[in-house]
Amino acid sequence: MPSVATYATLAEAASAMTPTSRFLAGGTLVMRDVNYGDQGFDRIVRVPDPALKAITPDSGRISIGAGVTMAGILASRDLDFLWPAARAVGGPAIRSMATVGGNLFAPHPYGDLTTALLALDGVVHLSDSGQVPLDQFLVNRAGLVRSVSVIRPAGDAFRFHKVSRVKPKGASVLTIAAWLNRSAGRLSNVRIAYGAFAATPVRVTAVERALEGASLDQAGIAPALQAATDGLAPVDDALASGWYRAEIAPVYLRRVLLGEVR
Amino acid sequence: MAKTPVTFTLNGREAATFVDPAANLLDVLRRGLGDLSPKYGCGQGTCGACTVLIDGEPHLSCVTLAETIEGRTVETTNGLQDSAGLHPLQQAFMDGFAAQCGYCTPGMLMAAKALLDRNPSPSREEVIDAIAGNVCRCTGYEPIVDAILTAARAPRRTG
Ligand SMILES: Cc1cc2nc3c(=O)[nH]c(=O)nc-3n(C[C@H](O)[C@H](O)[C@H](O)COP(=O)(O)OP(=O)(O)OC[C@H]3O[C@@H](n4cnc5c(N)ncnc54)[C@H](O)[C@@H]3O)c2cc1C
Repeated sequence: MPSVATYATLAEAASAMTPTSRFLAGGTLVMRDVNYGDQGFDRIVRVPDPALKAITPDSGRISIGAGVTMAGILASRDLDFLWPAARAVGGPAIRSMATVGGNLFAPHPYGDLTTALLALDGVVHLSDSGQVPLDQFLVNRAGLVRSVSVIRPAGDAFRFHKVSRVKPKGASVLTIAAWLNRSAGRLSNVRIAYGAFAATPVRVTAVERALEGASLDQAGIAPALQAATDGLAPVDDALASGWYRAEIAPVYLRRVLLGEVR
Repeated sequence: MAKTPVTFTLNGREAATFVDPAANLLDVLRRGLGDLSPKYGCGQGTCGACTVLIDGEPHLSCVTLAETIEGRTVETTNGLQDSAGLHPLQQAFMDGFAAQCGYCTPGMLMAAKALLDRNPSPSREEVIDAIAGNVCRCTGYEPIVDAILTAARAPRRTG
C-alpha cells in the first residue's frame, strides 16, 4: 500500500513530489489504482486546503479551484453555464467526489468537463503561479494545478452536448463544446472542442477557422461541417470505432451549432 | 507502516479507529468497524454497491481515502432503521420486491436516501438520475424506481 503525505499548501506539495508520488484529489481514479495494486506509485500526496475549492469571478472571466467538485459546480450560480457539463460526469456519487483538477488528467474517454473548459478559453494556473493555455497543458499534463480560469459566456453563446449509449449515465462516444462568440451578427473567434474523440479533449481548429465570419445558420455552417474532423485522428475503443466517431461528428456538430440538442 | 487515527460520526455515533495508509473507507467500515451493510462490488466506483452518505452527500466508499473522513459524518444502511422500525425506503423495497439477490440494495437505499433528504417528492426521472451510478443485475430497475417513489409518498415519520 502506498503511504499518504498531507501538505497544507499546493506549493509545499509540489516541492515534495517524487517520480513515484501520485497527487490525490477526489480519488475516483487514483483510489481505483490503489485498490487494484498499481505499482506505478508508492506515495499519495494530498492537500486539503479550502483555497483549492474557491470559485472567483473576475470581470469577464471566472477562476475555478482545482478542488471544486462537479457537485460544487452544480451548487454555484456563477457557474450555471457549466451545469450541463458537470451533470454529464458520472452519477451523483461520482459528482460529489470528482474534481475539476482530476478531470484535466482523466484518461480517454473521460474529460467531459475539460472539453467544456477548452471551448471556454481555459487557462491552467499551476502551483508555481505559472499559467498555460489549456490546449497546450493537455499535451503533457504536467505539474500541480491550482485553478482553471475560463470565459463567462454571454447568453446562449455556450453549447455542450455529450453523446453516450447508456442513459442517463454512460461514458462518452463524443462530447462537443462550442463557444459561439458573435460580433455584429457574425461568428467571430469561436472555440470548438471535442472530448472522447482523440487521446485527450482537443480544440477543432479547422472548424473554428471555417466558422470565422460565418452566419449561424444551415448555409453558414456548411463549410464547418465539411471540416468537422480535419486534422484529427479519431480513436477506437470498446464504445465506438474511430470510423463511427468520424461519421457522427458532423451530425452532432450541426445539432450543437444550430441549437437542436442541449 | 504507521496507522492514522480517524474519528468521525457513523450513523449518529462517535466512531474512532486506526486506518492503514491508503486504506479505503469501505474496508475500514467493513473490516475495521464491523459495519457490513455497504458492499464491495467492483473496487473502482463503477457499481455503486458501496455507496454511503458523507455529510449527507452520496459517496463511493471503495474509492474514498479513509483518512479524509476525519471529523465528518457517515451514514450507511445499518443506520436507516430506528426505534420506530424500518425506514420508509426499506419498507417500500420489501413490500415492492425491489430486492432480489440484495447485493445492490444498500447502495440503492443510500443513493435514494440522498435524493429524498434533498427532494422529498421527486419525479420518476429524478429517481432514475439519482440511482444512475448504481448497477443492479437481477432485480431490475423498475421495481426499485417504483419503491423509491412509494417511499417518497409514505407518511413522514416524526422523531
Ligand atoms: C464510475 C465512473 C464514472 C465516471 N464517469 C465520468 C464521466 O462521465 N465523465 C468524465 O469526464 N469522467 C468520468 N469519470 C472519471 C473521473 O471520475 C473524473 O474525470 C473526475 O473528474 C476525476 O477527478 P478526481 O478528483 O476524482 O481525480 P483523482 O482520482 O483524484 O485524480 C485523477 C488524476 O488527476 C491528477 N490530479 C488531480 N488533481 C490534480 C491537481 N490539482 N493537480 C495535478 N494533478 C491532479 C491525479 O494525480 C491523478 O493522476 C468517471 C469515473 C468513474 C469511476
